[in-house]
Amino acid sequence: MSDVPRAAAMPAVAPLLEVAGLHHWFGGLHAIDGVSFACRAGAIKAIIGPNGAGKSTLFNLVAGTFPPAAGRVAFAGREVTGFPPHRIASLGIARTFQASRLFPGMSVLENVMAGRYVRGRSGFLAGMLRLPSARGDERDARRRALQMLEHFEMADLAGADARSLPFGRQRIVEIARALVGEPTLLLLDEPACGLNIRETERLGDLIRGIRSRGVTVLIVEHDMSLVMGISDEVVVLDRGTLVVEGTPREVQADPRVVAIYLGEA
Amino acid sequence: MTVPPALRHHLPVAVLAALVIAVQLTVSALGVPQYLVQLTMAAWYSLAALGLCLFMGYAGQVSLGHAGFLAIGGYASAAVSTANLLPLAASPIVAALARAGLAARGIDLYGAEVLRLSPWLGPLVGLAAAAAVAVLLGLPSLRLRGHYLAMATLSFGIIVHRVVIGSPALGAADGIPDIPALRIAAGLAVTGRKALRVPNYYLAWLVVALGLELILNLARSRAGRALRAIHGDEDAAAALGVDVGRAKLAAFVTGALYAALAGSMLAHYNGSIGPGEASVMKSVRYVALVAAGGMGSAGGVLAVSTLLTFLSLRGVFGLYDDAVFAAILVAIMLFAPDGLFRALRLPRRRAGPQRAAGRSA
Repeated sequence: MSDVPRAAAMPAVAPLLEVAGLHHWFGGLHAIDGVSFACRAGAIKAIIGPNGAGKSTLFNLVAGTFPPAAGRVAFAGREVTGFPPHRIASLGIARTFQASRLFPGMSVLENVMAGRYVRGRSGFLAGMLRLPSARGDERDARRRALQMLEHFEMADLAGADARSLPFGRQRIVEIARALVGEPTLLLLDEPACGLNIRETERLGDLIRGIRSRGVTVLIVEHDMSLVMGISDEVVVLDRGTLVVEGTPREVQADPRVVAIYLGEA
Repeated sequence: MTVPPALRHHLPVAVLAALVIAVQLTVSALGVPQYLVQLTMAAWYSLAALGLCLFMGYAGQVSLGHAGFLAIGGYASAAVSTANLLPLAASPIVAALARAGLAARGIDLYGAEVLRLSPWLGPLVGLAAAAAVAVLLGLPSLRLRGHYLAMATLSFGIIVHRVVIGSPALGAADGIPDIPALRIAAGLAVTGRKALRVPNYYLAWLVVALGLELILNLARSRAGRALRAIHGDEDAAAALGVDVGRAKLAAFVTGALYAALAGSMLAHYNGSIGPGEASVMKSVRYVALVAAGGMGSAGGVLAVSTLLTFLSLRGVFGLYDDAVFAAILVAIMLFAPDGLFRALRLPRRRAGPQRAAGRSA
């Protein structure tokens, strides 16, 4: 793990997220084969590639879902390789999931309030005894969650059962839940999956809005129209390796990328 | 929305208090004060059920060994408060306990001199033991999900049951009799004595109300929402920063403490405890009560638990007692997985218009 080369030339400003020499196997499948890239603060960066390219695996390695077989992940200058998901989250990395993973039996408001967990401090006993710290956390969570719902024009749905909403709405609630903890980096796992064209367009605006709040966005996506429209930088994966990294225009013009996608079709 | 939030928060406990008083007055008026005995016992058993409600209903985990924790509390109280330390009176530890006022000489039922520990050490030892066992059992087994956690807790329950039955020191199959009263204050002690029937009834229900309040508080807090999030989706909860293992352990230990306190108080109230308290069927019974009450509804669990336990203690189910609870569990799982109240469409607080759609997996 230690013999992995660091990014050769350190840029003037250290990147927010740095992935170096990452490897992962699923049984005999080399799902991630030596991937290195960096993501600078304030950018929207996309990871694209055909099915089975290893996009989601790479994403899960960053989010701590499972530790990498080799390589390192650094966030805000700090080594976070192999950290469990809850520690990754507490450092300021929020994520969404491919399928809707809203909490069933909880309202939209409660779901978003759950996202404020990372910003609270009160524990189990404080909650049971309703100590001032617990009440303070609760007030803060409610206020921030309501603000977030208002921001996404969903305040009128605060009391609704989250899982009863239409799919596109659920996706936005998930993003609100991830954002309400004020992360530095937001990981979006195929956010356009299952959305129609108009919803995807709106999602693009929404993601740009998130960036303008100062949140860096790393997005794994299938939908090319979304990615090319909003990303500052794109990483193309194929069969576990990084093929090209560059601006959307550079990537689109690259013959290797064209070959991968046309070959795939 | 017409009720102010502060009031709404205390509503369940206020309703409980009113019901407790009304029931006591009714029972007195009807001339059946003996019912208070079963109502007091039902209160303590319901405290144990509330503990399981926290772990099963809120955190969404399965425990088939809850009776084991009740037995640990009960047997600790029984063993500590009935132990005769006279043969050990010379030992420095016992002497120190006596000097601290935690052990005193007395005369037992048969006129022999004995040296007994303060009954107060019983519940303390019971709670400490239950917490320690819950941590030891929880650390490895709470990583398990679903069936596997059920198996681990089931095995734990069986172990406690067999240890209790097999230990001559714990009275083996006969259990421990002649457990002394637990004196709380002048004129108030946890004991089955007829003269203290009414105060014991109120004491038990006061503790239950407190237990309910603590759980309802938790449900509306950061830590409680984290538990419900774990119930819904462990991975999503972890992604929000929730240390899933730690949160489950906290719920497990708290549930065990509820059960151990209930066991301890029941031992003093009944004056005896037997291995039946630790049986697997008792654990199944708590699961049935929590399921019938609606899992994540502490108020519903309390209502169902009080009613069914009272009927059971009155002998209404006769020889089919265990079968009735098992049948209830099967029926609930098949026909009303959200509990009786949801099935009967009784209004629940905070039930939104979209509520009907969501049956949690």
